[in-house]
Amino acid sequence: MTSIVVLIAASLIVAIGFLAAFIWSVRSGQYEDKYTPSVRMLFDDDKKPEKDDLKKI
Amino acid sequence: MPKIQDKTNIICHHCGDECKDEHIFINDKHFCCAGCKTVYEILYGNDLCAYYSIEDKSGIKKADTVLEKKFDYLDDKDIQNKILEFSDKTLSSVTFNIPNIHCASCIWLLEKLYKLNKGIVTSKVDFLQKTVSVVFEHAKISLKEVVILLSSIGYEPQINPDNNETGKKFIKNANKKLLLKIGITGFCLGNIMLLSFPEYLGLDSLMDGNLKTLFNYLNILFSLPVFFYCSSDYFISARNGIKNKLINIDLPISLGLAALFVRSMYEILFFNNAGFIDSLAGLVFLLLLGKLFQNKTYDALNFERDYKSYFPVSVTIKKHGIHQCIPVSNLNVGDRIIIRNNEIIPADAILFSGTGSIDYSFVTGESIPEQKVLGEIIYAGGRHIGSAIELEVVRKVSQSYLTKLWNDKAFNKTESNVQQLTNTVSKYFTAVLLLVAVSSAFYWLGKDNINYALNAFTTVLIIACPCALALTTPFALGNAMRILGRNKFYLKNAFVIESLAGIDTIVFDKTGTITNSKDINVKFTGSSLNLCEEGMVKSLVRNSSHPLSRMIFDSIQIKDVFAAEDFKESLSEGISCCIDGKKIKLGSIRFVLEGLENSFCELKKEISGAAFTTNVFLSIDDCVKGFYSFSNKYREGLSELISDLSEDYKLSLISGDNSSEKNNLYNFFKNDEELLFKQTPSDKLNYIKTLQKNKQKVLMIGDGLNDAGALKQSDAGISVAEDVTNFSPSCDVIIDAGVFTKLNDFIKYSKTTMNIIKISFAISFIYNIIGLYLAAQGTFSPLVAAVLMPFNSISIILFVTGMTNFCAKRRKLL
Repeated sequence: MTSIVVLIAASLIVAIGFLAAFIWSVRSGQYEDKYTPSVRMLFDDDKKPEKDDLKKI
Repeated sequence: MPKIQDKTNIICHHCGDECKDEHIFINDKHFCCAGCKTVYEILYGNDLCAYYSIEDKSGIKKADTVLEKKFDYLDDKDIQNKILEFSDKTLSSVTFNIPNIHCASCIWLLEKLYKLNKGIVTSKVDFLQKTVSVVFEHAKISLKEVVILLSSIGYEPQINPDNNETGKKFIKNANKKLLLKIGITGFCLGNIMLLSFPEYLGLDSLMDGNLKTLFNYLNILFSLPVFFYCSSDYFISARNGIKNKLINIDLPISLGLAALFVRSMYEILFFNNAGFIDSLAGLVFLLLLGKLFQNKTYDALNFERDYKSYFPVSVTIKKHGIHQCIPVSNLNVGDRIIIRNNEIIPADAILFSGTGSIDYSFVTGESIPEQKVLGEIIYAGGRHIGSAIELEVVRKVSQSYLTKLWNDKAFNKTESNVQQLTNTVSKYFTAVLLLVAVSSAFYWLGKDNINYALNAFTTVLIIACPCALALTTPFALGNAMRILGRNKFYLKNAFVIESLAGIDTIVFDKTGTITNSKDINVKFTGSSLNLCEEGMVKSLVRNSSHPLSRMIFDSIQIKDVFAAEDFKESLSEGISCCIDGKKIKLGSIRFVLEGLENSFCELKKEISGAAFTTNVFLSIDDCVKGFYSFSNKYREGLSELISDLSEDYKLSLISGDNSSEKNNLYNFFKNDEELLFKQTPSDKLNYIKTLQKNKQKVLMIGDGLNDAGALKQSDAGISVAEDVTNFSPSCDVIIDAGVFTKLNDFIKYSKTTMNIIKISFAISFIYNIIGLYLAAQGTFSPLVAAVLMPFNSISIILFVTGMTNFCAKRRKLL
C-alpha cells in the first residue's frame, strides 16, 4: 500500500509541474496572440557577424 | 531571347501595382511612384530587401512624402502620457494600431525596426490585432520620430489618444483569468477523478481505511482552489444580483455549488464518505468552458469606434501667416485651418481659398466626391481630395453638424449584456427551487427526522442546480456566433443574437447600405457620342487619377485608346488634352464652359435638373456635348431581400439625401412603408427613439458616421462594410457587404437559435422535475444524483451545439 502513496506523490509532483508551466504560459501572454508566432518562426534568422567572427578565432 | 516588356505589364517592385506611363526606374527595378521608391531606398540602404522576397507584392503604396509637421502634436507631454503605455528613465513602450499590416512581410519588417534606428530596442507585431508594440530609448529617438519612421516605410499608425482601447485590454485580462481558471479546474478535476476511481468501480470497500481517508483528504485539498478561486465569479455575480434586487442565473448556480461543497465536507469529515467533489469540479469546469466558448471576439474588428477614432488628432492652423499644428480639441471658431490632400476636415468650416472636392464616404456612404466652391460650408468628416485648401472654422469640433450627435444621451447609456430570457426563467426557477427545498426539509423535520431533512434539502439544491440552464445559453449562442462569423456576419458579442431574434422593425439607410458604393452607374446626358468620341474621352481620362475620371474610364467599354497630347490637369477643375488636333475638355461646369456660354443653352434644361449632383461636363472642339452623371447602383438581390423581410417585419428607410430616388425606391419598397429623406444624423436617431416609444424593437442597418446615433439607439445595429477591417461606426454587428442579401437568413437563424435554447430549457426542466421528485422524497441516493447531473449537463451541451449546427446546415449557412 505504501507504494501507492509514493506513486501518488510522484504523479502529483509531475502534474503540479505541468500546471505551473501552464500558469506561466498564460501569464507570459502566450495565449494572447495565437497567429503571429506561427508566421514569425518561418523567417530566416539574421546572420550574426559576431558569431562567425568567434568561429574564426 | 530578350524579354519584351509591354508597357502595361510593368509592375512596381514595391507595391505590385501596375506602373502607369510615368514611372521610376532604378537598380533594375520599376517603381510606380516616388513614395514607393523612397521606401525601397530606405530598405535597400539598411539591407532589408528580404522584405520583398517573403511575400509577393508586399509593399504598401505611400501616397505622399511624410509631412513631419503632421505629427508635431506628439511632442506634447500630455498627449505622450496618454499614448505611452510605460515609460521609465531610459525606456518607453507604446503600442500602435497600424491598419496597413497585411502580410508576413509586414511582420518581418516591423520586427526589424531596430535596424532602421538604433534607438528602437524591440518591436513586436500582433498580426490579427494589427498592432505593433515598440520599446524604444527615448533619449535616442522621440515618440514623434518613431511615428515618422513607421510612416516613412509605409506603415502610418492610427493614433488616437482618447481611445486607448481600454475595453479591449479589459477583455484580454478577463480572458487570461478565465484561461487560468479553466486550467486549474481541469487539473483539479483530473486528479479528483483519479482519486475517486476506486469509488466509481466499487472498490472502496476493498481499500485500506487509511488509504481511503488519504484519498478523501486529497480530494478536499483539490476542491479548495476550485470552490474558492475558480467559481468565485458566480458567487460575486449572485451577490451583486441580490444587491440590485435581481435574481440572475448565477444565484441558483451558487446555491447548488455551495450545497455540493458543504455537503461533501460534511460527508468526508464526519463519515469518511466520498462526497461529491468530483461533480463540483466537473460542473465548474463545464461552466467555465461555456464562458470561454461564448467569449469569442474578433480581434481585427472594432465595434466601439466613434468619430474620434476617425477624425484627425491634430490640424494645421494658420495664425498671423505662420503654420502650426494644434490638437483638434483646441480648435476655436474663427481659426483658419489648412487641409491638404487626403486629410479629414475636423470641424464645420467655410471654404476660404482653393476648391474643395470632398469625399463623404465614411459619413454618408456616398462614394462620389462633392465639389465645393468658395464660401460654402463644408461639414466635418469629409475627406478632401486635391490641392490644399484653407478653411475658416465656424463651429467647434464637438458642436459640429455631425459630431454633436455624440452629445446625445444614447451614447452615455452603459450597455448591459442582459440575457433576458435566461434571467426571466431563472427568477421563477430559483423561487420554485427554494420552495421545494425548504418545504421538503420542513416535511421531514415535522417527522422529527433531522438527517432526512438535511439530506433532502441539500439533494434538492444539488440536483436542481441549473447547470443545464446555465450551459444552454453560452453554448448555443457561442456556436451560433461562430457560424454567423463564418458567413461574414460578425457579432460584437453572443448576446446580440437575442436582440436580433426579438426585433420587429427594420430601418435601412440608403447610400452605401442598400446601394453598392463600389459599383457606380455612369450616365451620359446630352448629344449621343459616337465610338470615336467615346474613345477620345477614354484616352483623356486614362491620364488622370481623380476618382471621377477612374469611374468614367471604367464605364467606357471601347478598347482602342489614342495618344493624348498636351494633357493638362487643373486640380479640382478638370482635365484637357488634344487628340488628332481636337481639343477635349472634361470637368466642372465652369472649366468646360469658359467662353462657350452659347452652346450651353441647348443643354440648360438637363443641367438645371441635375444642379445639386456631381456632374462632369464634356466638350469636344469647343462644342459642349453633355455631362456625365453618377449614381449608385442598388445591391443585387435587394428586391428579393426586401420582399422577404417585409413578410415578417415593418420596414422603413431613412436617408440623408433628397428624394430624387424616391420613385426608384418604390420598385423595392411597398407604398405603405415609410421612406424618409433629407434626414440629419440627429433626425435618424430621433426616428429610432419614436419607434421604440411605440414598443417596437428596432434593427437599424447603416454604414456611415451619420448613422452612428441610430445604430447606437436601436435595439440591434448592423453596420455594412465593404471591407470589414476598415472603419465602421460603433454597432452590434458588422456585416460584409458581399453577404448583405443573406440578411434575412441571418435574422431567421438568430430566431431559430433562441428557439433551440427554449427547447433545451424545457428538456432540462424535465430532468429537474424527475430529479426533484426523487430528491424531495429524501430517498434518492446522493451518488445517483451526482451522476445524473453531469449527464444532464453534457447531454444539453450536445443537444444545443448539434441543433445549432443542424439548423445552420438547413439554412445553408454551414
